[in-house]
Amino acid sequence: MTTQPNLAPPAAAKPRSRLYRMWDSDIFFSFRRSPVTIVAAIVAVLLIGAALLAPWIAPYNPFDPSSLNLMDGFTPPNSQSMMGNYFLMGSDHQGRDVFSTILYGSRVSLFVGVLATAFAMLIGISLGLTAGYVGGKTDAVIMRVADIQLSFPAILIALLIFGIARGIIPPSKQENMALWVLIIAIGLSNWAQFARTVRGATMVERQKDYVSAARIMGVHPLFILVRHVLPNVMAPVLVIATIGLALAIIEEATLSFLGVGVPPTQPSLGTLIRIGQQFLFSGEWWILFFPAITLILLALAVNLLGDWLRDALNPRLR
Amino acid sequence: MRKLLLTASIIAIGAAVMPASAETVRWARNSDSLTLDPHSQNQGVTHTFAHHIYETLVDREVDGSLIPRLATDWSVKADDPNVWVFKLREGVKFHDGADFTAEDVVFSLDRARSDKSNMKQLHASVESVTAVDDHTVEVKMAGPSPLYPNNLTNTFIMDKTWTEANNAVTVQEAGSADDNYAVRNANGTGPYILESRDPDVRSVLKINENHWAETKPAVTEIIFLPIADNATRVAALLSGEVDLVQDVPVQDIERLSNTAGLKVETGPENRFIYFGYRVSEAPLKTSNITDKNPLSDVRVREAMHLAIDRNAIKQVVMRGQSMPTGVANPPFVNGWTPELDAYPEKADIEGAKKLLADAGYADGFTITLDTPNNRYINDEAISQAVVGMLGQIGIKVTLASRPVTQHSPLIQNEETDFYLLGWGVPTFDSAYVFNDLIHSKEGHYGAYNPSGYSNKELDAKIQSLGTEVDLDKRNATIAEIWAKVQEDRVLLPIHNQVLAYAMKDGLSLAVHPENQPRLYNITIGQ
Repeated sequence: MTTQPNLAPPAAAKPRSRLYRMWDSDIFFSFRRSPVTIVAAIVAVLLIGAALLAPWIAPYNPFDPSSLNLMDGFTPPNSQSMMGNYFLMGSDHQGRDVFSTILYGSRVSLFVGVLATAFAMLIGISLGLTAGYVGGKTDAVIMRVADIQLSFPAILIALLIFGIARGIIPPSKQENMALWVLIIAIGLSNWAQFARTVRGATMVERQKDYVSAARIMGVHPLFILVRHVLPNVMAPVLVIATIGLALAIIEEATLSFLGVGVPPTQPSLGTLIRIGQQFLFSGEWWILFFPAITLILLALAVNLLGDWLRDALNPRLR
Repeated sequence: MRKLLLTASIIAIGAAVMPASAETVRWARNSDSLTLDPHSQNQGVTHTFAHHIYETLVDREVDGSLIPRLATDWSVKADDPNVWVFKLREGVKFHDGADFTAEDVVFSLDRARSDKSNMKQLHASVESVTAVDDHTVEVKMAGPSPLYPNNLTNTFIMDKTWTEANNAVTVQEAGSADDNYAVRNANGTGPYILESRDPDVRSVLKINENHWAETKPAVTEIIFLPIADNATRVAALLSGEVDLVQDVPVQDIERLSNTAGLKVETGPENRFIYFGYRVSEAPLKTSNITDKNPLSDVRVREAMHLAIDRNAIKQVVMRGQSMPTGVANPPFVNGWTPELDAYPEKADIEGAKKLLADAGYADGFTITLDTPNNRYINDEAISQAVVGMLGQIGIKVTLASRPVTQHSPLIQNEETDFYLLGWGVPTFDSAYVFNDLIHSKEGHYGAYNPSGYSNKELDAKIQSLGTEVDLDKRNATIAEIWAKVQEDRVLLPIHNQVLAYAMKDGLSLAVHPENQPRLYNITIGQ
């Protein structure tokens, strides 16, 4: 014996604001139930907000070399330099305020991370949709390229692309292009996951009646892909994108740590860690410690949010 | 199980016995030899490594005096002041067993002064080299050249037969993609034989049992390990993975000398660190001013000189381990004077800004600074500090940091507007600085002068140094040239380097003023 589903709208439902309905949705229900996710979200919002508002929060502008005084160098945290300047997290070997450098450095890291992920998403989704929808040889070629790429560590591919770019771009232009080369290198090394996921989802959607109907009606394949298929494959893409963002931030840090990233006068978190680790043996721990902690917190928070999103969007776990 | 135990005990016994029979020194520094072709790169790291495999006619003592090596005696020919006569050591053999003869010296000197050689400026005034007999060589100069033997301390002698048999007669041109057999293989007369080489990773040298010297080196095997990262290199010494670190980061000197079992030797190096820039009329490649070159105006260069706080660089970036200077010439070198060495005690920002405004650049300009990041002590940090100091007078500098293998070609191929370089003076004479850094880039001269600086009068004076016999007159010319170089601010010197070598307690190796430590001179205690 089964109960009849109640098809009529609940009689007592009061009109709710859109915000409340969002808050009351399944996704946010699971959000409210997970303290870890709430903490991760707060940390992520704080770090990203601080990075965005860096010019207003940071006591110094470390990207303006003319404002630096070398004699401020190596001031320990929470103390004043010989020149009378106060440094909350100390200063580095160039007299830069570590706190301000972290705020500005997170901007660089996030900028590279977000754009690189967006770039990877763009390539991955386009190729994945094409492969899944067209099928046949196109599918085989695209997916084999993706397979080959996935069998290499992303960092190796990024290094390779970086090296090629260095060879192509004339030396006098290299520094101005460094940030974009970095974004393209990281983006190109991360598109395969997106392509795979989108391809699988597209193949499923392609068999469904609404797609067949559209096709029979003579709708242009591009329109079908963008308007009908894409919205239905976006959920897993969002999950990969969030985790991919954390990976891209770490990848940027690794490249900068290896010295092939952004110029040392405009450091990202990775560059700061590379600089800081030189002073570990000599006792100036703060130059390494604070940027490293920031990178860990940022990557961890974004990763946890990605994990939560994956669980929340997975119907089987509901 | 018994078998395993047996193997283990054999290995254990082997390990215990090893140190008695062989003394291996694992030698780490920040970059690798650029090439094994001995005439391809006039560069310190490359020469230092080559000195263990190849040998020169004459060598230099730590105090600067010349000592015999493959030549036992040298003098100006009695009846012709333009000819140097070298008597060669007898009974010397190359690693492949071939005899060392005058023919090899003629061949090697000709190769070293050939077109593609990076050593050619040192032999610019040589007209011809001839073998008189098997162990005598005459070098005919364009004019009297009293100091010529000083130029030979880094010109290595190769075996003619071996080089010809392997098609390596043409020198690998510095900064090019040239390649030849001698780039990766070596056959010298030196105290060590190249056993294996993996560029940028590891090179192994084994002792040459047939070397001519009476005293055999205490070190029988050298493992050369380039470790670019400062912290990694120091950690390798702390953990016992290497025995000798040649490029000790200044911030780690204190920590290492306080570590039991390790010691640090420090001393001044015969090398200055300077900034060079394009001074010709043609617009810069990396500036926002595209119709002319701001740096062609001497007032702009003077302003940069005034804006740099050399004492701050010494105190913070170098942690006291440097000797700031106002002249591109170390105190070891003939031609150096305390007056030339003087530099502004503090940066004069107002004065510098006024000079820039007078030159028509009140709003400053932009430029890219190319810096190596693994060649000189704290090279990248020095450049970074200078970016800040120039920023204070409105010159906005973009910093481009590269490993030295990518940095050097920019200078050799004139692709840089503004660069950091270090210069050692192996001849201990100012002429060496003038020939390569000041003289117009033409022929044998100006190999490291990408600035476009060209002063015909000065060029003539520089060339006259090669043939002037009257030392007083020669020194007066040197002083005149320095006065003009300083007035024109052709170079922007920062400091002379101070070296630090860190090693295991048992080893003993003094700091070499040219930073060319010879590991065959290491003594082993305990």
